[in-house]
Amino acid sequence: MDNETQANKSSVLLEIRALRIDGMRDDRWHEIVKGIDLTLHRGEVLGLIGESGAGKSTLGIAAMGYVKPGCRFSGGSIHFDGIDMLAASEAKKQALRGVRIAYVAQSAAASFNPAHRLIDQFAETPIQHQQCNKAEAYADAKDLYGKLQMPDPEQIGFRYPHQVSGGQLQRAMTAMAMSCRPDLIIFDEPTTALDVTTQIEVLMTMKDIVEKFNTAAIYITHDLAVVAQMADRIMVLRHGELVEEAPTCTMLSAPQQDYTKSLWAVRSFTKTRLAENTDEQAIISVKNVTAGYGMLDILHEINFDLHRGQTVSVVGESGSGKSTTARVITGLLPPRIGEVLFQGQALPKDYRQRSKDQLRQVQMIYQMADTAINPRQRIRDIIGRPLAFYLGMNPKQCEARTRELLDMIELKPDQFIDRFPSELSGGQKQRVCIARALAAEPSCIICDEVTSALDQLVAEGILRLLDRLQRELNLAYMFITHDLATVKAISDEVVVMLKGRIVEQGSKDTIFSPPHHEYTEKLLSSVPQMDPDWMRNLVAQRSPQH
Amino acid sequence: MGSIVNVILQRLGLGILVLFAVSLIIFLGVELLPGDLCQAIQGQAATESTVAACRRDLGLDQAAPVRYIHWLGNIAQGDFGTSLANGRKISELISVRLGNTFFLAAVAAVIAVPLSLALGILAALYRNSWFDRSINILTLSSISFPEFFVAYILILIFSVKLAWFPSLADVSPDTPFFERLHKVFLPALTLTLVVMAHMMRMTRAAIINLMASPYIEMAKFKGLSRAHIIMHHALPNAWAPIVNVVALNLAYLIVGVVIVEVVFVYPGLGQLIVDSVQKRDIPVVQACSIIFAATYVLLNLTADILSIATNPRLLHPR
Amino acid sequence: MKLDSPTNLSTHTAVIRPSKLNLALRELWKAPLSAKLGIIIVLAYVFVALFAPWLTPYGESEIVGGPFELWSEKYLLGTDNLGRDMFTRLLYGARNTIGIALITTLLAFFIGGITGILAAILGGWADQIMSRVVDVLMAIPSLIFSLLLLTIFGTSIPVLIVIIAVLDSTRVFRLARAVSLNVVVMDYVEAARLRGEGLAWITLREVLPNIMPPLVAEFGLRFCFVFLTIAALSFLGLGIQPPTADWGSMVRDNATLISYGDVTPLLPAGAIALLTVGVNFIVDWFLQKTSGLKDGQ
Repeated sequence: MDNETQANKSSVLLEIRALRIDGMRDDRWHEIVKGIDLTLHRGEVLGLIGESGAGKSTLGIAAMGYVKPGCRFSGGSIHFDGIDMLAASEAKKQALRGVRIAYVAQSAAASFNPAHRLIDQFAETPIQHQQCNKAEAYADAKDLYGKLQMPDPEQIGFRYPHQVSGGQLQRAMTAMAMSCRPDLIIFDEPTTALDVTTQIEVLMTMKDIVEKFNTAAIYITHDLAVVAQMADRIMVLRHGELVEEAPTCTMLSAPQQDYTKSLWAVRSFTKTRLAENTDEQAIISVKNVTAGYGMLDILHEINFDLHRGQTVSVVGESGSGKSTTARVITGLLPPRIGEVLFQGQALPKDYRQRSKDQLRQVQMIYQMADTAINPRQRIRDIIGRPLAFYLGMNPKQCEARTRELLDMIELKPDQFIDRFPSELSGGQKQRVCIARALAAEPSCIICDEVTSALDQLVAEGILRLLDRLQRELNLAYMFITHDLATVKAISDEVVVMLKGRIVEQGSKDTIFSPPHHEYTEKLLSSVPQMDPDWMRNLVAQRSPQH
Repeated sequence: MGSIVNVILQRLGLGILVLFAVSLIIFLGVELLPGDLCQAIQGQAATESTVAACRRDLGLDQAAPVRYIHWLGNIAQGDFGTSLANGRKISELISVRLGNTFFLAAVAAVIAVPLSLALGILAALYRNSWFDRSINILTLSSISFPEFFVAYILILIFSVKLAWFPSLADVSPDTPFFERLHKVFLPALTLTLVVMAHMMRMTRAAIINLMASPYIEMAKFKGLSRAHIIMHHALPNAWAPIVNVVALNLAYLIVGVVIVEVVFVYPGLGQLIVDSVQKRDIPVVQACSIIFAATYVLLNLTADILSIATNPRLLHPR
Repeated sequence: MKLDSPTNLSTHTAVIRPSKLNLALRELWKAPLSAKLGIIIVLAYVFVALFAPWLTPYGESEIVGGPFELWSEKYLLGTDNLGRDMFTRLLYGARNTIGIALITTLLAFFIGGITGILAAILGGWADQIMSRVVDVLMAIPSLIFSLLLLTIFGTSIPVLIVIIAVLDSTRVFRLARAVSLNVVVMDYVEAARLRGEGLAWITLREVLPNIMPPLVAEFGLRFCFVFLTIAALSFLGLGIQPPTADWGSMVRDNATLISYGDVTPLLPAGAIALLTVGVNFIVDWFLQKTSGLKDGQ
């Protein structure tokens, strides 16, 4: 079989022409894929990249002749190995799915049935499509689990989905997709939900197995660096249209379109001015904090300072305790041991005991702007409330100040002041959150993953805005993030956290230049780079140690 | 397996606790009576001495906690006290009627449960078909009907016009089984119709919810047949919601029984409680309330335990 | 893939924002037939309830003829067991039955809604105590519970309203608490807490506006339920007491006619059914609109 596909490498496997797909919204059809052409050869890996709403997932699923409920095909053609997928009967498509075209979803935890063992969910596809019997399927599963470097491949399949970790589940799903040795696998953001260090391991095994069986793949993601590792060729989509298409190397080195260039350019932002290390008193000092829920401590002996005009980034993977640290500072989680000082004065541990002025001084900006502003309040009320509440402004003063603040965050006051949040884009909402924080005239702002839910271009805009405001208002930022690119761009000081402890802290230059702490090293090296050979090199680098 | 046993034991304990709380409420409810039970019984005719004598008879001169424990102890032994209206032992009044009520509820359940589950599942699987739409309108209408409306329509058609079934379900302990069945047919049908609409809608909603899970979509992407998806992927996860729907509606059925028994003059517990409320025969109302509430609590408890017992996450702990 | 949700559309409409009335009318126009039917039914009932004295030929409890007279030009729907005009009492019944049910439901929402939201916001012990009390109250079937309480407190309209409202408020509590819990975990509520806002602000400004759609739908359903419960109690002779005209007791008083094949007693029962059908149709449509259930499959 391998030889056969090898010989057919150049032949076309999937051909999509002028495909149009509509989605139902507000009782009307809207085009979400607007006439896209796509050609995929046997054994080739094609990266589909774009921001949310670009139509990349819809396009990927369409390759199976499937549209989500509430969508419909409205034009064009899809041919898979000569079969017209739009004309094919449901039975015919059913015979192809799982056997010749397989799918790997973003959320493995939700996509596995909680009631069955992993290996049985693996085996049902080949058994139902009469590829082999149960014993053979089991043997093959164990073999693939081994190839995907899952621990204890003989036994792990006999576990239930909720009994294994997210990274393992994602591999088990890749194995499941491989069960019938399909010609094409569609990877739909398979590592988006994973931590960087896990992501890199899953990516390596995915790439490896696709190469081993010479399977063609469509790899859907919003992360450029990831797709650079996986794909032979990249298509950039935007608003349901194709922006640019080129082999990976060409795409990375010489993007043609402005939009593509702008995507690349995001990574070039760095802070314009570093804060001179002042020896004045710290705005916020976290002193020897140990905290947790109930009897369980989540944070252990946390110490760091935050100075005026300075950004401290707190970096770590999920579960490292970085958000919990923010909860301690804001007083949502009173620490068991230790204290938080504001300009040398200890703050009451519980926010309910803090004075209005103490509350005003530390403001917070959240990851999800959608949930951080009340959808039932107008912008004028959202920004105006802190003005009235903290500063006692009357409605007229509130309005005037709200307008100034809107100007500051680069939103036109006349246009935006009476809108509801649902009438704003994601980036605009985040700007409103910033304005609300500024309205309180704080000395310190805690930014909790403020850019990670945003598309890259928008995120860059937010970072630039925050940087400008810091210079103008001499604000202190505590920046919580898992994204090292953001850390590089915005920090003065960096705190690296792992399992509730600080493993390393210091100025940005110290952290980012060797020698690193072992964990920092792992974290740094796991961040995908815009170099197609990066992962191969990393594998080579890491393998002798293992 | 340890954790699941623990969870079930916890639920059982909680259920018993709720039963105690319920008995306490029913007991305390009477304590809220303006004046006390004896004044309520004797009304205008009360004199100081008759009230005092009555209090002694009923043990009201003792402290409330003592009386509660006494009362509860008696109930545990099947002694509900005596009726104020006719001085008979309440346990005697109840025993036959309880059997009758359960018989009626059982007949209704036997028809309603399988039928509404089947129709509800079909409506969910053929969502938005004409079948589903008409079921939706039909059930939506029939949950809006008061029980007595349905009952009288059935009487009008099957009893008055067609004369197939009697409009009075006057069974006695020595009524033979098939005659009994014939007599309870209309009340049972009324209950069935009322309960079925609820059950079908809830079943439909539960199944639709289930079929929207990502793992069902994944199963489609794996090219599995529709039958396989339903049998192997939907069904094992459908038990918990279905069991809940059934239990909730059986509990609802118990309440519906009250009205239906009155319409058809069926000698059950429901009619007894209504009669006793009119006579303000408080001990009987208390006894009936305890029985209805206990049945209700036990049904919900059963549903809880069954859905725990079918939860894969609890069946196969980490 | 996430559809770019209503954001885009509304950004366009934001420039020239049509009035709320306009939008509501447009929504109505697009509503399914069943919902339109429901609206017409409800409006008709409201009209009758408001203008009953002007629409009826006789007084509410006026005895105008012999008992059980047949339908005629004089007595449009005949007379009842005491010789009162059925048509007149049917129209007055709308006023009494709907009015009492509405007051009861409002009271139930006031009690259950506020406690439910508070339980969600306060959390901890306050929530535990309130929730456990409600659990226990809900462990007794509500019709049985109201029978017990009516025995104790006797039957009068205020007692009836309070008892049913309190019992029904447990259901409202559950829903209000559950939907509020989803809102309380939102960052904007945390932001309000951290700002130092008081309980009243958080309840009324942050949480309440965001749980209105499910509460409104629940109001319709609860109203139906209360309405049916009161009708059932009246039918049992334990609800609204004579001589007040009310549909449940009208069925009870005239039920004997059914055995003669006369449909008159079914009319008040049908009136109850029709209104609940109407309300249910509207709620069903409203639920589908607000839950954003886009049908597919």
